[in-house]
This record gives sequence, C-alpha cells and structure tokens, in this order.
Amino acid sequence: MRYDLTQVEAWITEGSRVLDLGCGDGSFLDRLQRTRRVRGLGLELDPQNLIAATRLGVDIVQQDMDQGLSNFPDNSFDIVVLAHALQVLNRPDQVLRDMVRIGNEAVVTFPNFGHWRCRLHLGLQGRMPVSEVLPYRWFDTPNIHFCTVRDFEALCHELNIEIIDRDMVSGTATQLFKQWFPNLFASTAIYRIRACAAS
Amino acid sequence: MGTPGDIGIVTPVQLRFDDVLTLTSGKTLSGFELTMESYGVLNEDRSNAVLVCHALSGNHHAAGRHSPADRKAGWWDLHIGPGKAIDTDRFHVVCINNIGGCDGSSGPNTSNPETGEVWGPEFPQVAVEDWVHTQVLLADRLGIDIWAAVVGGSLGGMQALYWATQYPDRVRNCVAMAAAPWLTAQNIAFNEIARQAILADPDWLSGQYQRQSATPTRGLSLARMVGHLTYMSADGMSDRFGRDVRDRPLDAADDQETVFQVESYLRYQGQQFSTRFDANTYLLMTRALDRFDITAGFGGSLKAAMAATRSRMLIVSFSSDWRFSPARSRELVDALLAADRPVTYAEIQTDAGHDAFLLDEPGYTDLFQAWMARVAI
Repeated sequence: MRYDLTQVEAWITEGSRVLDLGCGDGSFLDRLQRTRRVRGLGLELDPQNLIAATRLGVDIVQQDMDQGLSNFPDNSFDIVVLAHALQVLNRPDQVLRDMVRIGNEAVVTFPNFGHWRCRLHLGLQGRMPVSEVLPYRWFDTPNIHFCTVRDFEALCHELNIEIIDRDMVSGTATQLFKQWFPNLFASTAIYRIRACAAS
Repeated sequence: MGTPGDIGIVTPVQLRFDDVLTLTSGKTLSGFELTMESYGVLNEDRSNAVLVCHALSGNHHAAGRHSPADRKAGWWDLHIGPGKAIDTDRFHVVCINNIGGCDGSSGPNTSNPETGEVWGPEFPQVAVEDWVHTQVLLADRLGIDIWAAVVGGSLGGMQALYWATQYPDRVRNCVAMAAAPWLTAQNIAFNEIARQAILADPDWLSGQYQRQSATPTRGLSLARMVGHLTYMSADGMSDRFGRDVRDRPLDAADDQETVFQVESYLRYQGQQFSTRFDANTYLLMTRALDRFDITAGFGGSLKAAMAATRSRMLIVSFSSDWRFSPARSRELVDALLAADRPVTYAEIQTDAGHDAFLLDEPGYTDLFQAWMARVAI
C-alpha cells in the first residue's frame, strides 16, 4: 500500500463512517472495512473503477467532485479522505471547504511541488518537472493545480481550516531533513484537518 | 462466474388467490389470479429468492423460452440465467404478470367471476401499491419471508422502491434502474397522449371492444408509437435511422406512405404491440404509473421515504434516458445519502435511451453482475 494511505489508515478509528473522494478501485475502502470495520462510501467517475469497487463490496457513487458536493449533508461522515486527488480538481478550495463541512475531520494527501527535485528541475532546466511520480508533461497532465506544503497551509488558514496533524513522506536519504524543512524534502504531504470550531 | 448460459424452456404457472383484495381505490376483487414464472432452485432456507418486477408493457415471462420454436426469449433474458447478473445458479427468480395486466393474471381481458363476462373497462383501477400488495401475498404463499433482492427497471424499479420503503424487513437488497420517485408533468403528458389515441379509435367502443369482437389496433398502435419514441434517444435514432428513406426516392413520396425508415420502424413497433397488448390494460398501467409517488405516506418527503428502507440499494440511470433521466435517479441517490442509507449509483453512458436497462450496455452488465454477486444468500 502507498505510504500516504498507511498513514491515513492509522488516523481512522474503528467503526467510523468514511467518505473516500476519488476512491479509485475501492481497494483502500475495502481494506478499511476489514481492518477498521468502517462504513465506507466511495466517489468515482471512472466506470471501470465503479465495477472494481462493486466487486469488492464497496458502496460507490458515480459523481464528479468538480460539480460540487452539496448533496452531502453537514457532518454526515466521521472522516472524508482525498488521497492524491487535490491537484486534479478544478477548484481545490471549494472541495476542501466541502470536506470539512461534510466530515467531522478530513484527510488530504498531495504531491508537494515545493520538493527540492521539482525546484531543481524548474530552477536549473527552466522546464516543468517530469518525474516517475508525476510522469505527465505540462500540456497533457490531469494535475492542473499543484501546490506546495506552504501553499496548502496558507489556504487552510484562509479557509478557516484547522490543521490537526500532518505527516510528510520523503526519500530515505532525506528522512531527517523532512521534519525541519518539509516544504523542501517532503515528496508527499499528508494533512489531517477540520473546520475551526469558532468559524 | 461461469460462461453465461440460457435457462432453456420455461413454463408459466397460474396461482389462484381467494382472499378479498381491497385496492387502494377502495374497490375490491373477490379473488384474483397471478401468472408466474420462476427460474433456479429455492434453497432450503428460502433465502435466495429474487423478485423481478416488470415495467409498463412487460409480463411474467422474464427469461427463457416457452418452446424451442420461440423466436424471442423473455424480456430480461440478457440479465437472468446461469452465470448472468441475476444468476439462476445462485438465485431463485420469481416474476409475475401484475394484476390489471393482459398476459394471464386477473385483468380487463379476463372474466369477472361474478358476472361471467369479460371485465373490459369495468376492471378496477389498480396502483403500484396494489401490485406490491399482491406480490406480498405471493411471497407469503411461496413461504418467502425475505427477498434476497427485489429488482426492476422503469415502472418495475418503482415497485422495487415501494417494496423497500413499505416492507423494509422483507427486502435485503433493492435494485431500481431507469426509475424515478414520481412522474413529471412531461411524463404524464406523454401518457395522456397515448391514452387519448386509444380513446379516439372508433373500435374503442367505450372499452367494450372485446364483447363486440373488435380491437382498437389503430389507437393502441399510436399509443405505442408515442411511448416507444420516449424510450429512445435522439442520438440513438439518428445513428440507427438517420434520414434513410425506405425503398424509393423522396420526391416520389405519397403522403399516405411511409417514406423514412424511422416511420416504418415506429409503425411496425405499434402494429406488433397492438396485436399482443390490451387497450384497457394500457390505460390502467399508464394511470398507475402517473399516480405513483414514493413519498406518499411519508409526508411528501423523499428523504423520509428513503430513511424507511433497510436494504442495500443499487440505483442505475442511463445518460440518454429522457423519460426518467439520470437527474431523477440522482434525486433518489441524494435522498438515500441524506438518510445515511447504503447506496451504489452509476450513470451508464449510452445512446440507447430509457430502454437501455433491457440491453447489454458496456459498463452496465458488468456492474449489475458485480453488485448481484455481493447479494448474500
């Protein structure tokens, strides 16, 4: 399992109600249903993923997040997950706002565009980064809204979203540095957030 | 999952119920008959029974053939059979002709036991609620306390939804395809045009046509042509017929002849239908459809209706269906989500329109099969 999902799993409590936005083939929810006995619901667009999740016995609703999530009531889930999908959304800010409205908590994971490799690529070559993790070129990429760790935290502040916890994924050589300079050394950022109580 | 196979030869059975049936209209039937087909073996626990509900023009003959010479199999043969979505190797499948129908169950073309005469237009108006009520009596007769699943498309989907809201403890899984919580003004308008076509036929004879050995075939044909049009999509029709003309140049056309392929097709559909369907039944069925509202009994709240269900739900819509559009299925899904009920929803991309639920569309058959495979028995 991808490291970011291992971390997300650790944050999910037994028996909770989980909404997984862009749940793919449903295998993560399937795992949570077994390891955490969650009541899961996935959101997806791709018909093949719909079939795959259904085969696993995961409930899944075909819906486009970019068209809004207003059909989900406030606080109808314990936790709303958005794993590696923030950067493909038309309006990540609106989805984040909905996530903390629908869920008591939300978990977001995204590739950190502030990672030193990205900076090096852009800084030295003057070209948009292409890597194993992000293999697309600038014109054909579904990843239309990259952000950095600092960008994300600034947006949370703006949206009155409280950061409960965060974790960073990095290469083994830079394990130590990521704690002090996450924006430079984290390849993937994982955030646990909720709406500010005062808001 | 094995290679999907055929059910083979099936034989309908006739069941007599002597209970007095009080209909939602307040009228009563002193007894009634149901024509039923069933496929697959009922297990010892009676826990593998699936009820299939038919739509407007359907009947009990959902799968298989009545004789080897039958040209066509039952109306949902693509999805019912060994290794198919409703797998008869796992499930015991039950399908009846609803009362008011014209294929064997008590209806306008059967005789009124009190007079010995054919019912004709005197057969009382029935409602979706009455159909489900008779299906409940059937389940009691068969010793099926809980259906593993109640499944239907279009008007059949509405029966499945009604089961799930009114008999939540008797439905473990519910499938509603190309359905809606109630009909829109446009839906009702099309049904009214169809009814008026029948009523305007000189052979209608105030509904007493059968006693006078007449059949309002022109009216019934026209009703079917209008109905059939609403089951297809504009793109689907363009692909299939375009502006193709039949067999002679356009300028030689006579007003009274069919010129375009689409005209010929619709006339054929109408004609076929008028030889197999009963006009009084068509009026009853469309009125039942018009009057259906899943929120009746729930203060008009769709959320309250869905909150009453206890089944796993599968809701499926078809992108080009404009009779019961995907937006109508979304209403059901959103109400289920608001009520915190488990639901799976898919909008199948197709240009086959409303009738797509009867077909084998990419992404549809596999999803239906995957979902039914998770139905515990």
